[in-house]
Amino acid sequence: MKLVKTADDLDKLRKAVLAKRSPEKPVVSVCCGTGCRASNSAELKETLEKEIVKQNLKDKIEVKASGCHGFCEHGPIVVMSPKEIFYERVKLSDAEEIVRETVVKSNLIGRLQYIDPAGGERIKTENEVPFYKKQKRKILEKNRLIDPTNILDYVAVGGYEALKRALTGMKADEIIAEIKKSGLRGRGGAGFPTGFKWEFCKRAKGDIKYVICNADEGDPGAYMDRSVLEGNPHSVIEGMIIGAFAIGSNKGYVYVRNEYPLAVKNLTVALAQAREYGFLGKNILGSGFDFDIEIERGAGAFVCGEETALIASIEGKKGEPRQRPPFPATKGLWGKPTNINNVETWANVPLIINKGADWYSRIGTETSKGTKIFSLVGKVVNTGLVEVPMGATLREIIYDIGGGIKGDGEFKAVQTGGPSGGCIPKELLDLPIDYESLAKAGSIMGSGGMIVMDDSTCMVDVAKYFLNFLRDESCGKCLSCREGTQRMWEIVNNICEGKGKKGDLELLEELAVVVKDSSMCGLGQTASNPVLSTLRYFRHEYEAHIKEKKCPARVCKALITYSIDTDKCVGCLLCLKNCPQKAILGELKKPHKIEIEKCIRCGVCNEVCNVKAVLVS
Amino acid sequence: MPTLKIDGLDVTVEPGTTVLEAAQFLGLEIPTLCHMDGLEPYGGCRLCLVEVGSGDKSRLVTSCTYPAEDGLTVRTNSKRVLRSRKMMVELLLSVCPSSRTIQDLASLMGVQKVRFKTRNDDCILCGRCVRMCKEQMDAGAIGFVNRGHKRKITTPFNMKSEVCRTCGGCIYVCPACNLRCQGPNAPGDVCGSCLSLQPTCTERFDDYMCYLGPTGNCGTCIKKEEN
Ligand SMILES: Cc1cc2nc3c(=O)[nH]c(=O)nc-3n(C[C@H](O)[C@H](O)[C@H](O)COP(=O)(O)O)c2cc1C
Ligand code: FES
Repeated sequence: MKLVKTADDLDKLRKAVLAKRSPEKPVVSVCCGTGCRASNSAELKETLEKEIVKQNLKDKIEVKASGCHGFCEHGPIVVMSPKEIFYERVKLSDAEEIVRETVVKSNLIGRLQYIDPAGGERIKTENEVPFYKKQKRKILEKNRLIDPTNILDYVAVGGYEALKRALTGMKADEIIAEIKKSGLRGRGGAGFPTGFKWEFCKRAKGDIKYVICNADEGDPGAYMDRSVLEGNPHSVIEGMIIGAFAIGSNKGYVYVRNEYPLAVKNLTVALAQAREYGFLGKNILGSGFDFDIEIERGAGAFVCGEETALIASIEGKKGEPRQRPPFPATKGLWGKPTNINNVETWANVPLIINKGADWYSRIGTETSKGTKIFSLVGKVVNTGLVEVPMGATLREIIYDIGGGIKGDGEFKAVQTGGPSGGCIPKELLDLPIDYESLAKAGSIMGSGGMIVMDDSTCMVDVAKYFLNFLRDESCGKCLSCREGTQRMWEIVNNICEGKGKKGDLELLEELAVVVKDSSMCGLGQTASNPVLSTLRYFRHEYEAHIKEKKCPARVCKALITYSIDTDKCVGCLLCLKNCPQKAILGELKKPHKIEIEKCIRCGVCNEVCNVKAVLVS
Repeated sequence: MPTLKIDGLDVTVEPGTTVLEAAQFLGLEIPTLCHMDGLEPYGGCRLCLVEVGSGDKSRLVTSCTYPAEDGLTVRTNSKRVLRSRKMMVELLLSVCPSSRTIQDLASLMGVQKVRFKTRNDDCILCGRCVRMCKEQMDAGAIGFVNRGHKRKITTPFNMKSEVCRTCGGCIYVCPACNLRCQGPNAPGDVCGSCLSLQPTCTERFDDYMCYLGPTGNCGTCIKKEEN
C-alpha cells in the first residue's frame, strides 16, 4: 500500500522506511548535482556500484546519488557514512581503492581528503571544512542526505511532516498567520513579506486561484534555486501544497527554465512520486483539499523571471511584463488571483511550519529573517553555494567562508544581486547582508548572486558588462528601460574606449536616476544600480578614464599600451612566437620590442612571459 | 465611486477610470504617445508618468494604466515628473528626430537639445499599430520581435502576412510618421519657438499646475505665496 491517505499513514510510512534502514549500514553518497556531474560524478557512482559488486559487498553497502553540496568546485564529492568521511575531486580510478580501503576498513586516503589551505591539515568530515563550518544550512542541509529521485529518502528525514501539520492540524488562516509571524520575505529579489502576499491572494475575489513557483533564475552565475530544485524538489513541492492550501488554490505551476534539464527531470520524478503517494491529487491526507502541480518550461529570457512576464509566458504569450497594478494577487494567470513565490521562498515554508515561527524569526536580523543562499563566485578561494543567516557580514562570507581572495590580488568590490545589483566597495566589508542594508548601500539582495572582484577589475568595465547584459535582456516594451539601458551602455562604452568627454558622467547619472524612477518593471527599475553604485564608490575611476585617458586597473584595451622591459627581458622568443599579430620583434637572447601600431592589446605576451618583462601602462 | 486628488483638485470618477482619464476630465493636460482611446492601455512610452502618493512612499506611475483609486493623491507636473518626462522626450527625439509629433512634444516640454547620439529610426515602438491590428481589426498581422535594443515590429518571420487585409489602420494610428518641420536647425536641435507652454510656476509649486491659460491666471501660486 503506497497511498498515504491520512496523517497516520504518513507516520507508518516513515516508521517502515526507517526500520529498513540501519544507521550502521555504510552508505557511499556521491554528489550528482549539475556541478559534480560536469566532473563525471554520474559515472563515478556507477563505477563505485560495480566495484562493490566486484568486491562481494553488494548487500552490505549502499551507493546513493545525492543533491548538490554547494562546493561544486571541489567535485565530484563523495561522503561515506556512518563516519561521514569526506572526499573531494574523486576520479573513476579511485573507486576501487575507496571501496577496498575506506568503505571496508575505514582507512583514509590522504590524497582525496580536503586540505585546509590555511593550516595545511587534512580534513576528515564535511562539517569540519571551513567552507561549511561557518554556514547555517537550513535549506541546503538535506541536499546531501537524500536522493532527490527517491521520495522515501525525503520522508525518512522528516519530509511531508509539515504538510501533515498544516493540513490536518491548522486552519488556512493559522498557516498564514504563522508565515507572517515568521517574518519570511520573498527570496526572488524584492523581499516582499510572504505571509502578506498569501493573504492578499486569499482575500482576492475569485473561485479559481493559482500558485506559481518561480524557478526561472536568470541571473548569470547564480544557481541556488537550481540546486534546491535538483537536490531537494520535494521541499519546494511541500511548501507549495501548504501555500496553496492556505490560499485556497487547487492548481500550481513551476516555471523552470529549460536550460536546467536535471531540475526538470528531478522535479518531474518528484511530482510523479508525490502523486503516487497521495501528497498531490484529490483529498490530500484526508483533508478534503485537492491540489496538483504542473511544470512549465521557459525558454530562458532573463525578463521572464519578472512575475507578470512569467505569467504571460505561461499563458503562451510573449514573455514581457505589463504595468502593475493590477498585481498578480488580484489578477494573475488567466486573469485569476495568483500567488507567485521563488523556489527558495517555497522551500522555507515546511521549515517554518515544522519548527515554528518563533524559532524561525530568531534567525536573522530585525527586518530580514531566516537564512539566505548565496552563490559565491569570482576571485575567491572557495566558490560555491553558501547559506548564512541574514545579517551575516560580507567579510564573514568572503573571508571566513570564501577563504579570502584568490591569487595575490587585493579585494576591491563585491557585486551582489545579479546583473542589476550594485558593487559594494571594501570599506563596506562589514555590512550586514539584509534587504535594507543592501538597498542603502546602493545594491539589492536580488536572488543571491555574489561576485567577488579584486584589484585587477576595472569598475567602469564592470558597469559596461552589466549594462550590455541588461540592454540585451530588457524586453524593450517601455522606452525608459529599452532606450535608457542602451544609452547608458553607449556612454559607458565610449568612456571605456577613451572617447569619454566632459559632461558624460553628469548625463549618465541623470539618465540613470530617471531610468530607475520611470521604468515599467523591476528590470528597468534596478538597471541603473551597476552604474549608480560604481559612480558612487568608484567615481575616480570613471574620471581617470575621461580626463587622463587612463584605465587604472589596466583593463580597457583602448587605454592601455604594452611594452617590454628591456632590463628584464631575457630574449626567450616566447612572446614573439605567441603573438597573434606578429607585433613583437627580436632575436634570441636579445631584448624584444612590441610594435605599438600592430598590437591589439590581447595580453597574450603578458600571460606567457616567464620573467614578468611585459609592462602594461 | 472613488474620489481622488489631482494637482490639488478633488475629482470623483466611475470605478474603472484611469488616472489619465480622471485628469483629462479635469482638463489637465498630460502628454501621451502610446495611449490611444479605443486601444488597451500599454504603458510603454512613459510620457504620461505622474507622481502618486506622498512623502517617502511617492512614486512615478503611468497614468494611462493606473486605476483611479479612492483617496489617491496625484501630481501631474511635479519636478520629479517633469524630470522623467523631459528625459523620455529627449530619448525619443534622439531616436526619431524627424518626427513632427515628437518635435512638438519636445517644444511643449522645453526640450531643446539632444545630448545623445542621434539615430534615425522610423519607429518608436509605441505599439499602437500592433494593438490596432489586433484589437480593432482582429487581424494580429504584426507584432514585436526580439528584445531590448533589438526589438522591432514586423510580421511573423518577416514574411508577407497572410492575415493582413491592408486596411491601413496601422499607418493611421502611427504617431511617429509625421514629418519634421523644415526649420534651419542642426540635427539634434529643436527650435521650440512654435509651442512653448511650459508653465513657469511649476518650478516652485510642485502640487499645482496652472491649467487655465496664461501662467499666473489661476492665482493658485499667488495664494500659496501669501501663506
Ligand atoms: C528582471 C527580473 C527578473 C527576475 N527574475 C527572477 C527569478 O529568476 N527568480 C525569482 O524567483 N524571481 C525573479 N524576479 C522577481 C519576481 O518578479 C517576483 O518578485 C518573485 O518571483 C516573487 O517571489 P518572492 O516573493 O518569493 O520573492 C525577477 C524580477 C525581475 C524584475
Ligand atoms: S554539484 Fe556537487 S557540490 Fe554542487
